[in-house]
Amino acid sequence: MNREEIAGVVRVILGGIAPEVDLGEVRPDADLRDELDIDSMDFLRFVVGLHERLGVDVPEADYPLIRTLDGCVAYLAEKSAAAPPRAGAAGGG
Amino acid sequence: MPLLGADMEAGTLVEWKVKAGDAVKRGDIVAVVETDKGAIDIEIWEDGIIEEMRVQPGTKVPVGTVLALVRARGEAAARPAASAAPPPPAPAATPPAAPTTAAAPPPAPGARVRASPAARALARERGVDLASVVGTGPGGAIGREDVESAARKAAPAAPSRAAGIRQAIAAAMARSKREIPHYYLCADIDLSRALAWLGRENQRRPVTERLLPIVLLLKAVARAVREVPEVNGTFVDGAFRQSEAIHLGLAISLRKGGLVAPAVHDVDRKPLGELARAVDDLVARARSGGLRSSELSDATLTVTSLGDLGVGAVYGVIYPPQVALVGFGKVGERPWAEAGRVEARPVVTATLSGDHRVSDGIRGAQFLSALGRMLGAPEEL
Repeated sequence: MNREEIAGVVRVILGGIAPEVDLGEVRPDADLRDELDIDSMDFLRFVVGLHERLGVDVPEADYPLIRTLDGCVAYLAEKSAAAPPRAGAAGGG
Repeated sequence: MPLLGADMEAGTLVEWKVKAGDAVKRGDIVAVVETDKGAIDIEIWEDGIIEEMRVQPGTKVPVGTVLALVRARGEAAARPAASAAPPPPAPAATPPAAPTTAAAPPPAPGARVRASPAARALARERGVDLASVVGTGPGGAIGREDVESAARKAAPAAPSRAAGIRQAIAAAMARSKREIPHYYLCADIDLSRALAWLGRENQRRPVTERLLPIVLLLKAVARAVREVPEVNGTFVDGAFRQSEAIHLGLAISLRKGGLVAPAVHDVDRKPLGELARAVDDLVARARSGGLRSSELSDATLTVTSLGDLGVGAVYGVIYPPQVALVGFGKVGERPWAEAGRVEARPVVTATLSGDHRVSDGIRGAQFLSALGRMLGAPEEL
């Protein structure tokens, strides 16, 4: 999965959490919590969404790395590149 | 029409989920009612058979109005209404005055409004009573366009959902400040042990079952309530009614403005994982619709947290008829002095707004002390 595809998935997940927000207007370097008005519960829902859609488990210590669109896509791309090929649904971490 | 909040005076029956003759059991959702807080699923509190609908969809009626009659299993049919002052039953052939000038007749009592899921969702979003909409689809089914059309016609008279919620909050908070002699206490609580335990716990849990700090805070509040039960209950008709059950109202901000504080039931009895799922489900339904009547009427103590927004401490207004409110601010590192040493520790400021008619500052202080002690032993929560 390339960065563009990852970004697409990230936007779909965020769109489900903050449906009233026009994600096209969100600056790629802005803090998602502030930009999308999401709280810690929404953020956990986002992390769960990444796990379910991409099979990536983001440990709590890495949360600061995925707080912007750019940072999130870079983090996920790196994780995807490092991970062994998946044989089906998402695995655990 | 159940009372779904201290400020509620009336509600609009949107839809029946059952019809006359249906068997129902306690906890079943039998109707949807529109209030200032949105569309609420109404549960029934008795087992029995639905005997008669007394109110038709689209009708706004005062709190206390008998909506339908339920006959206990084995009971003879056609018992009198249990309400002290029931509204006169509407003859089947003479529906009560419709709230709009819709050309189509309102649905017969107990009949379901024929509408697509998309139309139902849009109607809830726009505050349109489906019973007042003329359907132009096959067999008179209501589509999105019909709802849009009805919303456009009703728009000048209908206040926005956000305005309705704001009015409801204003009424409840003004009543609270008018009637309840508040006192306020605060205490800083060292969360080192709680967060370290949470971190270890979340490392071993799958991502879908991770715990948020709010779950620990809620459980600790519930445990502290056991030691100081005066903060848990309602003040009604000049007297305090202590609640054995601990149903914590959780203040949840809505994405389009305003807030609701539905109850998480029996918080003290739920293991942390179950509590986390219950909170997640409640927040999701509060924001998307689908709260149940019991969740809006059962809270015995409300908890609010504004820590996500960086607030240091919350001095909240008690939600009547409750008698206390617990607030949490931001969890952040602060200098903490202990045994002659100062070090940085994660700290939260917990506050208690108490009703002086029911408790004194001493009991309030004991509550906050117990709360701190509970959070110092997270493995026991």
